[in-house]
Amino acid sequence: MIWQWVFFLAMAAMIVVSFLTVAPQQQIGESSRIFYYHIPQAWLAIVAFATSMVYSICYLRRRDAGLDDRAAIANALGLLFAILATVTGAIFAKVTWGTYWNWDPRQTSIFVLLLIYGAYFSLRGAVNGEERRAAMSAVYSIFAFPPAVFLMFVFPRLTPSLHPSDTVLDKNLKFSMTTDVASILFGSLILFTVLYIWMFKLAARVYALERARREVD
Amino acid sequence: MPVSSAGLTAKTVAVYAKDLRVELRNRYATSIVLMFAITTLAMISFSVGQASLGPRLLAALFWIVVFFSAMAGLSAVFVREEESGTALALRLKTDPTAVYLGKLLFNLTLLSLVTAVVTPLFFVLTDATADHIGAFVVILVLGVIGLCAATTLIGAIIAKAAVKGALFSVLSFPILITLLLMLVAASARVLDGQSFGAIFVELQGLFAYSVVMITASLLLFRFVWRE
Repeated sequence: MIWQWVFFLAMAAMIVVSFLTVAPQQQIGESSRIFYYHIPQAWLAIVAFATSMVYSICYLRRRDAGLDDRAAIANALGLLFAILATVTGAIFAKVTWGTYWNWDPRQTSIFVLLLIYGAYFSLRGAVNGEERRAAMSAVYSIFAFPPAVFLMFVFPRLTPSLHPSDTVLDKNLKFSMTTDVASILFGSLILFTVLYIWMFKLAARVYALERARREVD
Repeated sequence: MPVSSAGLTAKTVAVYAKDLRVELRNRYATSIVLMFAITTLAMISFSVGQASLGPRLLAALFWIVVFFSAMAGLSAVFVREEESGTALALRLKTDPTAVYLGKLLFNLTLLSLVTAVVTPLFFVLTDATADHIGAFVVILVLGVIGLCAATTLIGAIIAKAAVKGALFSVLSFPILITLLLMLVAASARVLDGQSFGAIFVELQGLFAYSVVMITASLLLFRFVWRE
């Protein structure tokens, strides 16, 4: 139990500090604080989708129902964080670009990601039989990953975008943040990652318990 | 299981020939896809009327027609096996790679036929012009290969699902967006009078897309097929 309390205090401290220090980007001002939350969300969406693909490959090799549960949980969490990243991104876009949505390459790519992983859950709902459902969704999850990687990493860099990557990385791909900003951002990244792992483990336990109960019934 | 390449070719051709023969008996997939393509095309032409459209819009409309025609018929080749109960026999008779390649060839044939009908009609019904027909044909070929590369495996997946109709496009659309964006961008430039030089990046992208999707399909197909 102790580490949950440590985590809780650290998260609370990070949130307070993120609002009390100087805004990370002077031109954008106060609204630029959203990047302490937006970046970890986008990062965790990517981590979750990648985790799901790894679990899907493992499932196809070992045919263990627990691995399929974990692939589904990772995708659900990925979808959750992707939605949060979309919403925070849209709020930021309203403040800085003037509209919530303007089909900026980043917005296009995250929209398609939401479609891909939304489709994953439609597929899960449409297939009868536990093993068949697990195999079909594992195959889809792996098959959708290369286009998803293209949309996440290649497409936004091919097309001109208003997305402010430059506040984090400058042209030579070196970090251009003050130490304060960098330490809050990395603190936030680590804390959100811990939160993700915790959510993942809790969900995996719930799934395992439900599976055990179904077997008893 | 390791299969000699000669054996694989023979088996692939056998699966392909079997699917062609089944299709020629009732022409189910062909008629659905062609009717769908012609209806969509007529609707576009009818509603646009005499208005002149820019190359970008023409390219988008053209690929929408091809995309929805593909969605209407490309899953038939697998759904047919499951619904008539012949999938099991095919599974026992031959190996998954040959089945995948045979079905891929069948879908390529079907979609090539559709684009061969739709493209001239599209140019006649709208005021589209392409100075470099060769460049447009190359885009068409790569587009047809890309569409089939991504949708053949999806067709195999949805054949196993309880609900088939709309699921095919729900699963395919997000995977195909990457392809469609490149196709529309490249075709818009060719319809604008440009040639190979202007679309080189897109052609590379289209080629890479097909290679990646076919490789992934070859690796994954046996997991779908044996289920």
